[in-house]
Formats: sequence, structure tokens, C-alpha cells
Amino acid sequence: MTTLTDHSHPPDPDPATGIDSAAAPRRNTLQVLLRLYPFARPALPRLALGMLAALLAALVALAIPQVLQRLVDGALARQDAGQIWPAVIVVLALGVIEAVLIALRRWFVLGPGTHIEARMRNALYARLQDLPVTFHDKWPSGQLLSRAVSDLNLIRRWISFGLVLLVVNVVTIVIGAVILVSMNWILGVIFLVCSVPLWIVGYLFEEKYSVVARRSQDQAGDLATAVEESVHGIRVLKAFGRGKFALQNFSDQAESLRGTEIEKARAIAGIWLWLLMIPDVAFALCLVAGVWLASQGEFSVGGLVAFFATATVLRWPIESVGFLLSMTFDARTATDRFFDVLDAPNAITDPEHPVTIDSPRGRLAFENVHFRYPDSPSRFPDLLDGVNLVLEPGETMALVGLTGSGKSTLTALTTRLYDVTAGKVTLDGVDVRHLGREELRRHLSMAFEDATLFSASVRDNVLLGRPEWAERSPEADAALEEALMVAQARFAHDLPEGVDTLVGEEGMSLSGGQRQRIALARAVAAKPAVLVLDDPLSALDVDTESLVEAALREVLSATTALIVAHRPSTVMLADRVALLENGRVTAVGRHSDLLRESEHYKFVISSLEDEERRESAREEVSR
Amino acid sequence: MSVTGVEGEDRSNFTAVESKQIRRRSLRLLGSLLHPVRWPVVAAMLIVVVSTAAQVAGPALIAYGIDQGLPALMEQNWVPLAATGVVYLATGVVGALLIAWYTIMSARISQAVLIDLRKRVFLHTQRLSLEFHESYTSGRIISRQTSDLDAIRELLDSGINQLVQGLLYMVFTAIALFLLDGTSGLVLLASIVPLALLTRWFQVRSQTLFRRSRTASASLIVQFVETMTGIRAVKAFRAEKRNEKVFGDLVEGYRKVNGRVIQLFGIFDPGLVLIGNVAVAVVLLVGGFRVVDGQLAIGALLAALLYTRRFFDPMEEMAMFYNSYQSAAAALEKISGVLEELPGVPDPVTPVDLWAAKGAVSFEGVQFEYQSDRVILPNFDLSIPAGQTIALVGSTGAGKSTLAKLMARFYDPSEGQVTLDGVDLRDLHPKDLRRAIVMVTQEAYLFSGSVADNISIGKPDATPAEIVAAARAVGAHDFIEGLPNGYDTDVNKRGGRVSAGQRQLISFARAFLADPAVLILDEATSSLDIPSERLVQQALQTLLGGRTAVIIAHRLSTVAIADRVLVMEHGRIVEDGTPDQLIAGTGRFAQLHAAWRDSLV
Repeated sequence: MTTLTDHSHPPDPDPATGIDSAAAPRRNTLQVLLRLYPFARPALPRLALGMLAALLAALVALAIPQVLQRLVDGALARQDAGQIWPAVIVVLALGVIEAVLIALRRWFVLGPGTHIEARMRNALYARLQDLPVTFHDKWPSGQLLSRAVSDLNLIRRWISFGLVLLVVNVVTIVIGAVILVSMNWILGVIFLVCSVPLWIVGYLFEEKYSVVARRSQDQAGDLATAVEESVHGIRVLKAFGRGKFALQNFSDQAESLRGTEIEKARAIAGIWLWLLMIPDVAFALCLVAGVWLASQGEFSVGGLVAFFATATVLRWPIESVGFLLSMTFDARTATDRFFDVLDAPNAITDPEHPVTIDSPRGRLAFENVHFRYPDSPSRFPDLLDGVNLVLEPGETMALVGLTGSGKSTLTALTTRLYDVTAGKVTLDGVDVRHLGREELRRHLSMAFEDATLFSASVRDNVLLGRPEWAERSPEADAALEEALMVAQARFAHDLPEGVDTLVGEEGMSLSGGQRQRIALARAVAAKPAVLVLDDPLSALDVDTESLVEAALREVLSATTALIVAHRPSTVMLADRVALLENGRVTAVGRHSDLLRESEHYKFVISSLEDEERRESAREEVSR
Repeated sequence: MSVTGVEGEDRSNFTAVESKQIRRRSLRLLGSLLHPVRWPVVAAMLIVVVSTAAQVAGPALIAYGIDQGLPALMEQNWVPLAATGVVYLATGVVGALLIAWYTIMSARISQAVLIDLRKRVFLHTQRLSLEFHESYTSGRIISRQTSDLDAIRELLDSGINQLVQGLLYMVFTAIALFLLDGTSGLVLLASIVPLALLTRWFQVRSQTLFRRSRTASASLIVQFVETMTGIRAVKAFRAEKRNEKVFGDLVEGYRKVNGRVIQLFGIFDPGLVLIGNVAVAVVLLVGGFRVVDGQLAIGALLAALLYTRRFFDPMEEMAMFYNSYQSAAAALEKISGVLEELPGVPDPVTPVDLWAAKGAVSFEGVQFEYQSDRVILPNFDLSIPAGQTIALVGSTGAGKSTLAKLMARFYDPSEGQVTLDGVDLRDLHPKDLRRAIVMVTQEAYLFSGSVADNISIGKPDATPAEIVAAARAVGAHDFIEGLPNGYDTDVNKRGGRVSAGQRQLISFARAFLADPAVLILDEATSSLDIPSERLVQQALQTLLGGRTAVIIAHRLSTVAIADRVLVMEHGRIVEDGTPDQLIAGTGRFAQLHAAWRDSLV
């Protein structure tokens, strides 16, 4: 929990640690990063060219000391001023070439990095849209967001910067070491032996750092979730004056993140220590040894100069290995987190050979439908425990039952927001799982009780289910107008920019009733064969409700409809009523018949008796 | 146009004056963030000064070793060389230790600053009025707290390291070079001119781009969050394709801006290397002739060359610092804008305490309109005696919810005042206000966490027994017991697994537990089925015993428990009386009631 957790109870499967990754094979850093290959493949040629340019630049940098050596041992030792100009020109030329090569490296890797990032971001988004609702029920969107933004940013920087430099710097170090050894094997070996501890430290660093890095990224995701909830739940927090309380919980989380970050800094400081110290130790030893060798006449002064100039060129690559490594491990964790989502199993997919229904008649049938939520303990019976119900084409069926009896869940099964755990739902005799999801959701359209509008114009929101129409085509306009009329949402014309007014998160805020009517218009405009309405009128006032009902009746005469109803007035829209009780449909029939025959139905839907009792009481009082 | 607060946030073409205003605001914020950690910062700086000096000593020691140690050794005098070696070793070890220490220390500083900023933004956004939230959108606040703070974190984490170390390194290197050989020092000094020009060019070009990049990433985040929170509707209406296109365009826009930033770098970075290499060549030229003339020792020339080359080493890191600085500065601009927003419903300066509210509410000459000049409540008067239960009836847009929001002080009236027990709500201590007045809305938001956690929002220190009692009272106990882990069941993200009616029951239990003097119910029972509603009403009758209550409900069943009914139209009260009086009359309420009565079965 983000804003209010007390951590006293064991959390449900924690997305932060990866719900499914427990079963996944444990991969090492290289294997994890190789998984980026499909996304990086188109960019590989340019990345390779970038590395080549970087390598050449490093070689040029290493060549400069060689020129210096010639100069010192030759011209300067012989006091020959004539050699100075050519040497300077060579040094200058090499310097210019190095700059050009660096520019080339940047130019080569610029495009690919951003393209890989964009490709991965789009893939993540598409995957998330495809994953079933059960996935989203479990994953707080802050965790998803931190993956889509920070993690991918990190991967991009690693590919276009970290990876390239890591490869190039390691190669530079190797080449430099070879040059050092060839210049003077004693000094070179001293330098190399000194670098051995670096590899050990680097290896130990991976183990410690990867763990902390993963924890820090997960905690950052949790923090994002906390922020999100504090904003989405702002009305509740304000209504109860719990801003400070929420802050306390937020601070606790921020504090744990801080702890992790400092732990991370400790790990980095540990490797920095060695990366900075060891070259200096090597320099000191080489200096003493080099001067001694020179005094023995085994090494020229020019050689000494070149040796240190070369070693200096190698310093930065050696030091950089530290942060390049930590960047690599960060990228590894980010990649892990990215694939947490991409690897998440999706049970609700399109069938391999989808059946199509060309002109659906709209016969919707539930055949011995069972459903239970995956995390429901086994001691509980299925939420839907063998539902049998048939809606004939054109029929309007009201679904009535107590709060929590599974009505909304049952409606969600029709468009496969969830899949049945046993039995089947059929449309015109075809199992809905045999249809493509796209087609299924074209034939079946839903309106929810909590009406979500998107950041788009009223027009786009209403016509969301009809992407085949060209914008502002006559038929689109006509359908829009009709839908707004049916849903009593013509107030949209009075908004500042009429039906082009932006609504949703980014746009004008509408009241609950207004949102609900636009959402209803959206379901109506989709002109589906089957309309599924989950208590679509709950936020409407009595007047509006009766107007909507009158208009809906017309639409419903030609459409199969399943309507979740809480009030008698909504039930009146229906031809027949189905009563959901203990996970089964226990009665189907006309409202008036059920009222007579079923005690439970009367209990669920009728408030007349209460009212009469109250009225008689009132009359007695007034008498 | 103004750039105060979050206004003009989406623009990137600021005038000089506006830019200055924004910059000053961010610097003020930065200053106030750094103030509490100023001593650690000074300490860290000192460490860095010493450690950098140790690092910079290297080439000079090499020069000394060659120029002094070698001749001495030729005469079998080991002392100068051995001393040089030992000193070199010592500086290396000390320098490295200090830098490692500094790394940890600077992490502490940057984390302290970050947590401070996080809390400030969090607290401030909680304080800002609903009006602000409704227009600013949650996605943007989230992006302020996530991607913008990330940018600042990056600056503090690595950026400051790079800047301080880099700058000092350059300064010390330059000083060392001057001490070693003044002529080479002058060459280095001359190279600073093109360096400054290049940096200036980069700065001017990148600022706009970085601002644009922050805006682009924010719109990306908004679209992302909206899709994930509305995933059911996305799926049901096959909006996936449309969304993929919208999101793809935003991703592409962000990519392009980012690409241009990196492109700028692609010119800046090699430019630096070029200047550095030219300087090395010139030092070599100038030094070479002097060595030939015997004015300069070879070791000194080597040291001069090493220093010149090393002088430019940190420049690439500095460029990276500048990168993170620019992006953090753009982020800081946005964050400081949010922090600059004044709460539309500010806390009182001298709060009036009201320990035990009786619950008499009155509206005196209240006028209210939202930003657009659409007047919702024109000159509204209403007096609700303590303990009265009021049913508020009227069609959509009549101003019922506005009335409720004014009573709960989600908004302040533009004229007149709303009082509780004679105290203007604007003067009331926020704690007392929230304890005395609680509003339950139709949209019953559940936070992730257990059912018990959610109920206890009404009273954070409630015992489990109190929580169960509250749930029992509103008839939520049975369904909660039926959840997988009872009261400890995690309600999951956005309450996905709990039905709308159950959510309303939980939020009722919350209000019941809060036990306020004034209770406002805005459509709080709309998703309940009739038996649940019946239970809630029974609970209300007990709950509302000595309490003031305002109930807005479309279903007139609620009216039965009211002492008084108000019918509103166009922001005015058109009927006012006891339910019986109004039902017996011929007014609007009588008609509504008759129609509703007919709909019952």
C-alpha cells in the first residue's frame, strides 16, 4: 500500500519484486542485456560504426605520446629546432582527427539510441494495453510509469553512451597496456599487475550493486504510485483532512528510498576508491622504477616521457570503468523491469484462427459459466457458480442482485475483460473466446458505472467505438447527434467549444452525471449488436433518468441488451429480469411475475413496503 | 500572459523578462533547499579541494622525479626519487580515500535535498485547492514528482560531483601549470576564450530545447497514466489502436526533442576536444623551442603537456554536468511554478479554534462562480440549525454539489461567508474544520491497502474494534467478512476488485468512523442496491441523531429521514419545508415525489 500501509500484514503478490519473475530463470547481466537485441538490432550497424569511430579516436589519442617520444629523444635531445615544427603539425593533425572522430561517434549513435528508446516505449505501451485487466488490477500504475519513463531513459543512455564507451574504453585500456609493455616490459608489467585488483573489485561490485539498484528502482516506482494515489484520491484526503497523514506515509517511503540510495552511493564510493587509487599506486611505482631504469641507461628520457603521457591517456578510461559499470548494472535492472511487463503472461489473447460473425443477430448466452478471481482462497466457492442465461436477439434483460453478487463481473465476461474459468459465453452460438477481441468488442459495447472519459473532444470520446468513420463525415455527425440525444447529453453543445471541447484528464472537468451520460452516448454510438450497461444511470437525477430511459427504450427495441440494475425504474426498461443469487441465476422472468414469485427478488428490488410503512407512520403522527 | 505559478508552463518561448522571473524563482527554491545542508556542503567542498589538489600534484611529481630524481640517482643519491615515489603514493591514496568519502557525503546531501523537495511538493499539492487540481490534472503532478525530480536527482547525484571536482581540477591544474611554466600557462589562458564562446553558444541553444523536453515528457506521462487508469474503457471501446497512435506521436515528439539535445552535444563535446588538442600543440610548439634553447627542462615540458591535456579532461564531464544542469533547471522551473501556486483555499493566518462544534451552518450572502464567469450561486442565504437533517433536491446543474463543496470548504465563496457555529470557515482551524465537517462523495476512492486501512482514514488511530463497529453500522461488515482476507484484504489498485456499491459502503464506514458534527452526503448512495441502501438509511438515522446533515440524492427515499427539504433551481432555493408540507403541496417537490412514488414497486 502506498499512502496508508502499516506493513503489518503480509502483502499480496508484490509487483515490485516481479509477480512472475520468481519462476523466471535467473539470468546474469550479460544475458539480461542481450534481451535488448531485438529492439537494438536495426541500430547495430550505426552503433558498431560509432564504436569504431570511438576506438579510432582513442588510438589517435594514444598515438600523440609516440610523436612526443620521437621529438624528445630526437630533436630536443639533439637541440635540433628544425624538427619541432613538423612534430607540432603532426600533433595538431592528430588532435583535429581525434575531435572529428568524436563528432562522428556522437553522430553515429545519436539516432539509434533515441530510436531504440522510442521503440521500446511503444512496445511497452502496446503490451500494457494488451494485457488483461487482472494484470492491471495487480500492478499500480506508478510502477508501470517508472518503467515507461525513467527505466527506458536509462537504457537509452546506456546504449548510446555507456555501452559504446565501455567497449571502447576497455579496448583502449588493452591496447594502451600492450603499448606500455612494448615500450618497456618491466614498467608495463608493473602497471598491469596493479590493475588486477580492479577486476576483482569490479566483480564484487556487480553482486552488491545490482541488488541495491533493483531495490532503488522498485522503491522509486512505489513512490510514484503513492503520488498518483494522493492526487487521484485528493477529494477523500481533503474531505477528511488527511493530507498530513498521507504525507507521513509518503515520507516513510521516501525515507526508505533515501536509505537505498545512500547504500548505493556507498557501493559506488567503494569501487571509486580502488579505481582512483590503483592507477596512482601504479604511477608511483612506475615513476620510481622508470627513473631507476633510465639511470641504468635501459630506458631513454623520451621513452619515460612517452610512457607517462600514454599512461595519462589511459587514466580516464580506467577511472570511467567505475561509473560505466554502475550504469551497466542500472541498465540491467531497468531491462529486467521492462521485461517483467513484457514477459507477463497474457491469458486473454486472440484465438489462432478467429471465427467471424458477419452480421450478428445478437443472441447472447451464458452456458454454465463459472468464474473466480485468481487470488480467491480455495475455501470460497466460485463467485459465478454455474450461470445459465440466454438473451434472445433484440431482448433487453435486466440483471438484478445484491451488491457484490457478481453482476459487474458477469458483464465483464461478455467482452472478455476477464475470461470464464469454466463454461462459456456465446454470441450467436460462437464462444466469445473464438472471436477476435477486436471483432468481439465491435459487436458488444459497454458502459460502466464509473465513466472514464479520455483526454479528447466530446466528439472523439463519443465516437471512440467507430474508428472506421472519417472525422466529421456526415454519418459520423449524425451518429454523434443521435447518441447525444439518446443519452440526454446535448449539454455538450453548450460547452465552451461545443462537441469539440476537450474533456477528460486534460480537459474540462464535468460532473459525475455529465460524464456518465457521455459514456452512455459512447456505448450507444457504437451501434453494437449487444449493449452491456453496468448501472449506467446511477449518477443521474430523476428527471434526466426518465428522459434517458424513454430514449433508450427506442434504441433497445432493436438491440440485445444486458443492463445491471439497482432501481426499479431501470428494471422497467427490460423485457425480462434475471436474478443473480449465490453465484447463479435463480430466476428469470417478467418483473411483475418475479415480484410475486420470488421473495429474494422482492427483497432486492422493492422499497415500496418501507415507503408505505413510513407513510402510514407519518400519517399517524400527523393525526 | 503571465508566468506566475503554473501559467505558461507549456510554452518554451519566454521573453527575457519572463525568463528572468522564472530563473529567479528556481534559484530561490534551490537556495532554500540548499540552506539546511549548507555546512555539509562546505565540508564536502573542503574534502574535494584537498583531494583534487592531491590528484593534481601528479604531473608535477613526475616532472620532479625526472628532472631532479634522475640526475641525483646518477650520483647514487636515492633520496629525491624515493621521496617523490612516497609522496606520489601518499597523495594517490589520500586523494582516493577522500573522494570515496566525498561520494558518500554528497549522496547524503543530495538525498537530503531531494527528500525535502519531494515532501514540499507533496504537501503543497495536497494544500492546493480542488480547483487547481481539476485544471492542472493528476498526470502533470505525477510527472512533476517523478520525471522532474529524476532530473534534479541526476544533477545532484553526479552533476554536482562533476562540477565541483571538474572546476577545481581545472583551476588547480591551471595554477600548477602557471607555477611550473608561466608561458604554457598563458597559452592555456588564451584557450579559455574559445572555450567560453563555445559554452555560451551551447547554453543559449540548449535552454529552449531542455524546456521543450520537459513539456514533451510531461504530456507523455499524462497520456500513459490516463490509459492505465482507464484500461477497462480502453479495452471495451477498442481504443488501443487510437491510443497507440496518440502515444506513438508523443513518443516521437519526445524522441525528436531529445535527439536535438544530444545533437547539440555532438557539436559541443568534439569542440572541447579540439580546443584542448590545439592547446596541447601550441604548448608543445612554444615549449619545444625553449627546451632547444635550454630555457626549459624536458621534464617540465612533459608536465606542461600533461597538465594542458588534463586541463580539458573534466570538460566532457562538465558538459555532462551542464546537460543534467539544464534538464534539472527546466524541471526546477516547473516545480517552483507549482510551489508558487497559492492555495485557492488558504489556511487561516490566525485560526479560530472550535473544540466541540455544535453544527449550525449558515450561508450569508454567498456568491460563487468558477473561473469562467458562470455564476452558480447568486447571493445565497441559508441557515441550518445544529442537528437538522436536510435533503437537497434539484436537477443537475442546480448548484447542489457546489453548495456541498462550499460547506466542506473545497472552495471558498467569491462573496459572502459560510459559517459553522458563527465562525467563518475561512478562519476556522483546518484541523477543527475537518473534524467537524466531513463530506462523502459519489466517487468513493479507495487507496491501495487493506479494507481496514481504508476505513481508518476516517480516524487514523481507530482500534480494530472501532473499525468493525463502523462497518457493521453501515451494513458493510458482511461483505467485508466474505472477502478473501476479511478486513485485511488488499483492495488493489483503484479498488478494482471491490464493486462500486461496496466502495460506497466502505466510504460510508469511513465517514461513520470520523464521527463529524456535520455530515455532507453528495450522491453517496447512488450505486447501492436497495437492501444496502435500507441498511445505510437505518444507520444514518442513528448516526444523524444529534448531527447536522446535508443529503443530496436523486432517489427520494433518502428524503424520508430528512427534517427539511430544500428544492434548488439555478442556484436558488425555490421550495423549503418539511417533507410532509412539501408533499402535501402542489410544488415541484410534490410532482417529483409523486413520479418517484409511481416508479416504486
